[in-house]
Amino acid sequence: MFQIFLSGCLFFLLLSILAALYRVVKGPSMPDRVMALDNIGVNLLAGIAILSIFLRTYAFFDIILLIGILSFVGTIAFARFLERGVVIERNRIH
Amino acid sequence: MLGFWKGVWLLNGIGYIEWIVGGLVLIGVVFSFLSAVGLIRFPDVYTRAHAVSKSANLGVLCILLGTFLYFLIEDGYFSIRLLLGIFFVFLTSPVVAHLLNRAAYRSGVAMAEDSVRDDLKEYLERDERV
Repeated sequence: MFQIFLSGCLFFLLLSILAALYRVVKGPSMPDRVMALDNIGVNLLAGIAILSIFLRTYAFFDIILLIGILSFVGTIAFARFLERGVVIERNRIH
Repeated sequence: MLGFWKGVWLLNGIGYIEWIVGGLVLIGVVFSFLSAVGLIRFPDVYTRAHAVSKSANLGVLCILLGTFLYFLIEDGYFSIRLLLGIFFVFLTSPVVAHLLNRAAYRSGVAMAEDSVRDDLKEYLERDERV
């Protein structure tokens, strides 16, 4: 019974990932796409958490932490690139 | 009355842990799905950021808390990695939303047509003049 409930939750997370994917493809501006990609990463994290309850395993906790960090760093890099045109600024002193 | 609820709890072999964790996971999934609906339906990037950054991250926090409680109560396994993941998502999601909105405004993404106020525009123009 609990397993069926978790499967339904995973299905709804899949639907929200598909909605974000629609926004990635269609999104009129570039920050829209980056925001939808960040939302996909966050929803993937939630899906992995539900999957680790479903399978009763500890093995995916590292992956939760890793996807959180990588999604954060990637979104920060995209935001800097959209704002300034470069990711890493050089010659800050001049 | 108490016996009735105990009977409901023990229905189909579902213990109280599954009720607590299932409630948290259900709250999280509902928030996440509603934020996806907002991501499709809202008119411009700023309102979409409002939908995504609030409700999706709250939903993920609820789901991760449910996972943490499940393994803590069911197996007695205190996962410091999962706790770090919760802390990290809680810390970084406002930063990401703020930076993306700032990048969108500075790169000139237009607001929706029926939005009524733009305080930052006056501020930036005054800053340009000085």
